[in-house]
Order: sequence, then structure tokens, then C-alpha cells
Amino acid sequence: MSAVSFSEAPKSKVDRKLVQTLGFMGIRLITIVTILPILGIVAYIAYKGLPAISWEFLSAMPKDGMRAGGILPAIVGTFYLMIGTAVFSIPLGIAAGIYLAEYATDNLWTRMIRIAIISLGGVPSVVYGLFGLGMFVLFFKMGISILSAVLTLSIMTLPVIISTSEEALRSVPYKFRVVGISLGGTQWQTIHKVILPQALPGIVTGIILGLERAVGETAPILFTGATFFLPHLPSSPLDATMALPYHIYVISTQIPGMPITIQYGTVLVLLVFVLAMNIIASVIRSRARAKRQW
Amino acid sequence: MSDIKISIRDLHVRYKDGKYPLRGITMDIIANKTNVVFGPAGGGKSTLIRVLNRLIDLSDVEDIKGEVLLDGVNILAPEIDVIELRRRVGVVFSRPIPLPLTIFENISFGLEVAGEKDKRKIARKVEHALRQAVLWDEIYDRLDYPASSLSGGQQQRLCLARVLALEPEVILLDEPTSALDPVSTAKIEDFLKIAEKDYTFLLAPHNQQQAARVADYAAFFLQGKLVEYAVGEELFFNPKKKETSDYIQGRFG
Repeated sequence: MSAVSFSEAPKSKVDRKLVQTLGFMGIRLITIVTILPILGIVAYIAYKGLPAISWEFLSAMPKDGMRAGGILPAIVGTFYLMIGTAVFSIPLGIAAGIYLAEYATDNLWTRMIRIAIISLGGVPSVVYGLFGLGMFVLFFKMGISILSAVLTLSIMTLPVIISTSEEALRSVPYKFRVVGISLGGTQWQTIHKVILPQALPGIVTGIILGLERAVGETAPILFTGATFFLPHLPSSPLDATMALPYHIYVISTQIPGMPITIQYGTVLVLLVFVLAMNIIASVIRSRARAKRQW
Repeated sequence: MSDIKISIRDLHVRYKDGKYPLRGITMDIIANKTNVVFGPAGGGKSTLIRVLNRLIDLSDVEDIKGEVLLDGVNILAPEIDVIELRRRVGVVFSRPIPLPLTIFENISFGLEVAGEKDKRKIARKVEHALRQAVLWDEIYDRLDYPASSLSGGQQQRLCLARVLALEPEVILLDEPTSALDPVSTAKIEDFLKIAEKDYTFLLAPHNQQQAARVADYAAFFLQGKLVEYAVGEELFFNPKKKETSDYIQGRFG
């Protein structure tokens, strides 16, 4: 009896190993298949767009109905929009995250706030654009301006920053709060000196991902701040601005005889912008994970 | 008779989830002594400790009744400054919980939140506290290392040091050695004996041997009630109540 089962055991083990190997190969294959299109897109855009990239392309105004020259106003515009969005959404987002994670008691009111935030995260960006048009451009009479666009983008970015901040704060173990308070700290002192520094990498990651989305979106700025062409750089927050995503839309649909390299070049610039932010976020996250003490 | 530091009068604590860990405790905690509360798990020792520095405020409490007089002042009164109270009544938890900061910052935290700004004064107090907790010689050259780099025993002495730095009057120790090896345990127990003249200790020991070793006064808690209270040796060697002697002889718990 036992001899039989012994002689059979190794055989079934081999089978199991084989199944496992095949399984892993399958998973690996699927992973590669999902990543390939992304790599393909990036590589193709880089291949087609690189010839357009030059110092002039990055630093000059457009010429000849945007068919030549550079894309400086779009780059600067996108930069302004990002900074402006950061100014409004970061303090508000972190404050709301702290409130929800540390102070809010679990009741109907805070549950409604949470549901609202989650739903806001899923609202299509064009809806934000229309809201911004109604609210900031028309009602508050800010006009088509950087300010209107920035406020619209901030509202779109806030849910991301709020929920990642809340999440990051919640992941810091509760026991540190008890210890901080047991040592005579107030709740805020404990959060400020102990909890927030631990949550900061997660919060920063959320901020970058939120801003990255804001930078890449066309619809929210379409009605609120973006303009087709500007012969000069914007000089005040109430000026309209060019921006990379909208510029891409314009040059690929609105201008006949547009050189294809300029289109790809512009896309490449936006892509590098967004990818760089993504990489920064990943670096912050992995560094923080290595340093974490709990 | 020695001075009474804390006087507990008919203390009841009931949590919102229905747990009722303290059911009418009346006892005194004697100044400059090691006061021990012991008994089986769930007897209410930890809850008592959480009441004495109002950490219980962080829990969902249904009801607290009775009085806890610290130097004659009821610390359960609503007008009590709990922050001030927590500086006067420090606590060391059963597991070392160093804050995710450096060794130095773990101790300076309490001083800074108390409003101390003078860096030299803070440094001096940090060193003094580390010396008191018999930790200074082991770590003086790496104060800026993360506290988590210390061994478990060192971490617990760090936790003791950061309480000492606040110059409290009472130190509550909730099974402070339950996660420690015998050598580290001995260091903590030695500290109790040496430091008694400056502090009032309330210790929930992690076993009876420890209770017998360190207790000047001992109280036996069973299911939220104080069964017996006596001078340390008497309770362990000559218990008057049947429950106490049953527990001490290992018939239950």
C-alpha cells in the first residue's frame, strides 16, 4: 500500500510543478500583452515626434498659423494651470483629508461627504468643464481665464487629493495617536508632528497623480480657460491661455496642412510632462516605503 | 501611614459595547511606592490605568461614575485640563510603541508639545531621561537613529524615558515587560526600586512573580471588583480572601 502511494507521490508533484510553471508563463504572457500597447504607443510617439523636438520648438512662439515655430505658449500655459491647480487643491485637499481621517466621527453627514467625494472622482471631465463655464466663467464673471480654468481643474483634482490623503493618514497605525496624546500632546500636535510626516509620501503621491490628470485633461479647460491661439504669453490670471492638451486637439483637427511631426512632437512633450510626474510619484512612494518604521 | 497620591472612590466604567470592566473600585494609591494591581485578564487593570490619565477619553465610553482624586482633585471632573493631567500622570504600555521618529525626537516630542522651545534645555532633559532609564550609555552616539532600530528592551526603556522627561508625578505601567526578555525585565524592575523616592508607580505586572517582586502595595482585581488590598507581601504570602489565595496558588487565571 504505502509503496504504491510513495511511488505515485513524486509523479503528481512533477505534474503540479508543470501546472505551476505553465500558470506563471500564462500570467507573464498576459502581463506582457497588456503592457505592450502602452510601450508601443510611447515608442511610436517618440519615434514620430522626436524629429520635431528642438530648442526652438520648446522655446519659440508658433509661426505661420501654428504650422511652424514652437509651442512655448502651450507649455507655459500648461505649467501655469498646474501651478494654479496646485495652489488651490493641495491645501484644501489635505485639510479635507485630515478632517475626514482624524476628526470626523462616523455619522450620516460624513458618510454623505465621503460618497460625494467618491462620486465626484467618477464624474466625466466634460461635466467639470461645463460646471466651470457656468460657475466661474459666467456666474462669477471671471471670463475665459486661467483663473476659471484653474478653479475648474482644482474641483476635479480635489477628490483625488482628498481620498489619497485620507487613505494615507488612515494607514498610519492608530497606536501612534494614543502615544502622542498620552505624552501630553493635543490631537493636532500629534497629527502634525507624528502622523502627517508618516502620511506625507502617500499624500504627495496623490497630489502628483491628481495634478497629472489635471495637466492632461482637455475638456475642463475647453470652455473655461483655453484658447485657440495667443500671440503672447498670458500676463495675468484673468488672461486666457494656450495649453498642451487643447493645443493638440486644435492642431490635429482644426488646422489644414498641419505638419504631422509638429503634432507628434506636441504630444510627445505632453507625454514626457505627465510621465515625468508619474515617475516622481513612484520614486517618492518607494523611497518612503523603504524608510517606513512600521 | 504613607501619603495617598491617588484616591479612587467607587469607580465604575462601562463601555458603549456593553463591556463593564470596572464595577465599583475603591482604593488608594500610595505616594512614592510601587502600587500593584494584579489579577486575571479582563479584571479591569488596563481600564483603570486608562482612567487615571484620561486616555479613556479616546474610547467609546458609555458611563464613568465615581471619583478619582489626584492630590485631592477629582480628575474626572469636566473642568480638568487633561493635557496637564497627562503630563503629571505618564503611562508605559505593554508593548514598546516608539513613535516613528528618531530616538531623540521620541523624547523631545513630549517636551516640545508642552511648549519647551529652548533647544539646549531639551537636549539636557533628553539626556537626563535616558540616563534615568539606564539607556544613555547604550545609545548616546546614535540619538538621531530611528527609534525602531533599537531592540525591544531598549525601545521599552525609551518609552519609559520619554515619560520621565516630562517629570511626571505618577507613572502607570501596563504590563510593561510582557514583550521583554528577562534581562530587560530586570532592568525595568530595578528602575522601579531606584526611582520610587521620586515617583508614584502603578503597575499592572505581567505575572505574579513580578507582582510579588516589586509590590509595596498590592490590589487583587477580579472581574471589575477589588477583592483584596494589602501591603505587598501580606497579599501574596497571607491572603485573607479565598479568591485571592486560589488565584495566587494557581487554581484559576
